[in-house]
Amino acid sequence: MTTVNSDYQSETNSTPIEHRFNPYSDSGGTILGIAGEDFAVLAGDTRHTVGYSINSRYEPKVFDVGDNILISANGFSADGESLISRFKNQLKWYHFNHNKKLSLKSSARFIQQLLYGKRFFPYYVHTIIAGLDEEGKGAVYSFDPVGSYEREQCRAGGAAASLIMPFLDNQVNFKNQYEPDSHGTIRKQVKYLSLEEVIELVRDAFSSATERHIHVGDGLEILIVTKDGVRTEYFDLKKD
Amino acid sequence: MEHDPFRWGRPSDQAYGEYNNSIAHAGQQQSFPKMNTQQPIVTGTSVIAIKFKDGIVIAADNLGSYGSLARFTDVERLFPVGDHAVVGISGDISDLQYVSRLLEDLEIENNYDYDGHSLRAPHIHEYLQKVFYHRRSKMDPLWNSTIVGGLDDSGKPFLKYVDLLGVQYSAPTLATGFGAYLALPILRKVVFEEKDVEKIDEETARNAIKECMKVLFYRDARSLDKYSLITITKKNGVVFEKGLKSEEQSWRFAKDIKGYGTQKV
Repeated sequence: MTTVNSDYQSETNSTPIEHRFNPYSDSGGTILGIAGEDFAVLAGDTRHTVGYSINSRYEPKVFDVGDNILISANGFSADGESLISRFKNQLKWYHFNHNKKLSLKSSARFIQQLLYGKRFFPYYVHTIIAGLDEEGKGAVYSFDPVGSYEREQCRAGGAAASLIMPFLDNQVNFKNQYEPDSHGTIRKQVKYLSLEEVIELVRDAFSSATERHIHVGDGLEILIVTKDGVRTEYFDLKKD
Repeated sequence: MEHDPFRWGRPSDQAYGEYNNSIAHAGQQQSFPKMNTQQPIVTGTSVIAIKFKDGIVIAADNLGSYGSLARFTDVERLFPVGDHAVVGISGDISDLQYVSRLLEDLEIENNYDYDGHSLRAPHIHEYLQKVFYHRRSKMDPLWNSTIVGGLDDSGKPFLKYVDLLGVQYSAPTLATGFGAYLALPILRKVVFEEKDVEKIDEETARNAIKECMKVLFYRDARSLDKYSLITITKKNGVVFEKGLKSEEQSWRFAKDIKGYGTQKV
């Protein structure tokens, strides 16, 4: 680089000094989706944190976006909210253009497009959607930040996912459970859980996560989808 | 001097040597990448706010710091927008001035349509969130944390935060910067959760905020005991109090501090 000869010449660097703005932060919180035979639930705690600070004790992150679809995008909350508002906007256009409900299967594929569309500047979120499939059976789809997705019976996401997921494997899919007196040879048969059982499971999962994870707590909001629509239940969690 | 009609007025190469073109094009030279804000320069410290049964109280001091230098002592960081809302801004002061101009433009634009609609706090907050998130996505952030306060469409108290990343959240008590550590615990003793808001009157809320501004002056090294305070209620609209002073300060403990400075221990 040629510059004017001056006393300040040494102060210009040929390469920029590395000190970059970080466009992401972690907003904490955790989410959990479970599919039943004719229902699905999507639950999330209501605490919003950054670092060691509790920003809000009630900032819901699970949304009923219409058409019996529940969505939550947990991680960096600004990205999560942006993703969901783009989905809601496109859903409106889908209604205008096609005049019919959007299926859960199609919602899942569309969310993949939204996430992969930002493959090289990703939405820093773990996304879970819940609802009913074409046959009326409960369904949960979960996504990684860049759009890989899978339909599952249950999935935990966010800060305490690693605390909750093994519990779910055991209690929903009966992993490592065997018939008594079979000496660990016959697996316990999987069966659908009732809505009451699922809600108790979700409450236990969240109160346990609250005990062990500082970014989880304050309140638990469970959204429940059945063929009759969406219902919300709220339970307090410890606020310490 | 050159006398050639096409080069007239230029210093002649014979006398001064060939002109170094890199001087004239110094600004446009792409040898250095384009840079966006990497750090705040002149900064404002905490903004604190609380809800009470009829509205909200919000406060911010008048200091503009240049690093650890108390550079400007008359900076206004609270901006009323419309008749029922206020925006309190902390962080970079030049970005604050840009945001305040955006808010002014927003209000003017809104007043052209004489349709009886008035901007309220939730609308202003949503607009600001979009601006902040858009700028962070361009990797060219506006380096601020802001609190928007006022009344919502149904006339109920409204308080919501948004920052340089586009992160937003609402709570009955909010604080930016150091206030999140020093003021929030005090404010949460007054109003812990949303249902407590009904029990608190304007007087109690104001006193809590004033107490917090004093605590902040004691312990936040980049703060001032001169501040502005805005109260918004349905009855009185926006009440702006400027140049308030933190009263009844007690520095008695100072005489007992020994071991540094000019004193002899």
